[in-house]
Amino acid sequence: MAFFENIKDLLGQIGDLTQFALRFFREAFRRPFEIREFVKQCFNIGYNSLFLVITTGFIMGLVLTLQLRPTMLDFGAVSYMPRMIGIAIVREIGPMITALICAGKIGSSIGAELGSMKVTEQIDAMEVSGTNPFKYLVVTRIWASTFMLPVLVVAADAIGLFGSFLVEQAKGDVSFTLYFNQVFQALVYGDIIPATLKSFFFGFAIGLVGCYKGYYSEKGTEGVGRAANMAVVFASLLVFIIDFLAVLVADILFEI
Amino acid sequence: MSQNKTHDGKPLITLKDVIKSFGTNEVLKGISMELYSNENLVIIGKSGSGKSVLIKCLVRLVDIDSGSINVLGKSIPDLSQVELDKVRTDVGFLFQGSALYDSMTVGENLQFPLRRHKHRMRGQDEGQLISEALISVGLEHAIDMMPVDLSGGMKRRVALARTLILQPKIILYDEPTSGLDPITSNEIISLILNIQRKYNTASIIITHDMDFVRVVSDRIIIIQDGINYAEGSYANLSKSSDPKIRAFFKERRL
Ligand SMILES: Nc1ncnc2c1ncn2[C@@H]1O[C@H](COP(=O)(O)OP(=O)(O)OP(=O)(O)O)[C@@H](O)[C@H]1O
Ligand SMILES: [Mg+2]
Repeated sequence: MAFFENIKDLLGQIGDLTQFALRFFREAFRRPFEIREFVKQCFNIGYNSLFLVITTGFIMGLVLTLQLRPTMLDFGAVSYMPRMIGIAIVREIGPMITALICAGKIGSSIGAELGSMKVTEQIDAMEVSGTNPFKYLVVTRIWASTFMLPVLVVAADAIGLFGSFLVEQAKGDVSFTLYFNQVFQALVYGDIIPATLKSFFFGFAIGLVGCYKGYYSEKGTEGVGRAANMAVVFASLLVFIIDFLAVLVADILFEI
Repeated sequence: MSQNKTHDGKPLITLKDVIKSFGTNEVLKGISMELYSNENLVIIGKSGSGKSVLIKCLVRLVDIDSGSINVLGKSIPDLSQVELDKVRTDVGFLFQGSALYDSMTVGENLQFPLRRHKHRMRGQDEGQLISEALISVGLEHAIDMMPVDLSGGMKRRVALARTLILQPKIILYDEPTSGLDPITSNEIISLILNIQRKYNTASIIITHDMDFVRVVSDRIIIIQDGINYAEGSYANLSKSSDPKIRAFFKERRL
């Protein structure tokens, strides 16, 4: 029974989240724009996640190459390694790893921050002092997360490919130029455009869920904890759903 | 009704039959009251009786279900956002837990209300206004500190300075002395009284601190079971024979 309850709950949440998203679009393009807060949030989100994203990206590139290389050797296809890893990282692993890391890092921090602002009446205080808290807090964070995620994905891709190159060089004596020439030869717009678009959606979803959970956080300190926790769970789930939909749509559009 | 002060002129705030429930929880079940200029109206009532909800209704932080609320001649439920923001600048709100913005310094906290109300600055420099406000609460040295580094009493003072910076005509205090030791409480109380004298503001004060009530109140309203149960001066109510009223004035005996 709990399973069906969960499904019902999820559908309800998606409904509320859609309402929240619609409010975002209504308020996002109307003056006044909180530019300073947006820039500050871009810096917060980008800078605070960069180290984590780079580390995981590097390790993924390294590990993936180490694991796949023996099999490719068996097939006598080891010269395809750069192309294969390039496509795997740019299309799927880079965006996905970055999005999941950020769902944890950004989703929970936005959820906890807005949640504690809610329960300590800081959001009410903003409201009575003539600043629209939805614009100031929510709109800026969702935009910042939407724009910073693709940037982080590019960083993860680059460092992941570099990790993979290190293995190729150590094991197969592949030069830097040769490796990256092969990678970029293999990549076509049909790989790069969907991956980039997908990253914007990941960023939007993570910001949206973090803000939604925080903004409607329940009273009390448990409420804040729950808001942060639910933000991570829900954002990660959405990332997978968006990934699936993106692959489906890209498959139709680019016929790969 | 209050005997020690006559109410000349129209009330600044009028509430009529205000009803508000959250789901099945009926919090306000028809409250009516007025606030007159220059007066200190104290609201007392048990924890959870809806005092905070009541004053949040006055600035539309909470939407009411029915009834009417008039603040400074404006019908609050019918205002557009722009008109509402205008009324809100005339009504200061001191929140129960201070509600300082954690991510901003003390100075930035005070600057925040000024962002949208530059016209209110009477040609004065922003920095000057902020430091004046801080001086008036005795915290000019704390301008660059973060709220986490402040004590409870200092937070309350900063919140008070932030409330005062737009020079509101009415101030709503939600338990301004709760969680503070008696000495700090007294400091906050004398600050509040000074503000009153200096700016001639009218106030609604929610508190459980009966010593505070005695020195500050011109009139008291007791909220009980979602309605305004009783009203009068401290002297009158403390002599009441109604046990529900007496309960608030009794010495604490266990
Ligand atoms: N946003 C809200 N959503 C749902 N219920 C609420 C909300 N705000 C207040 N309540 C409920 O309204 C009732 C009155 O709350 P309120 O905070 O006004 O009490 P209070 O009189 O200020 O108490 P205290 O002296 O403890 O501050 C409580 O039962 C509370 O649970
Ligand atoms: Mg309260």
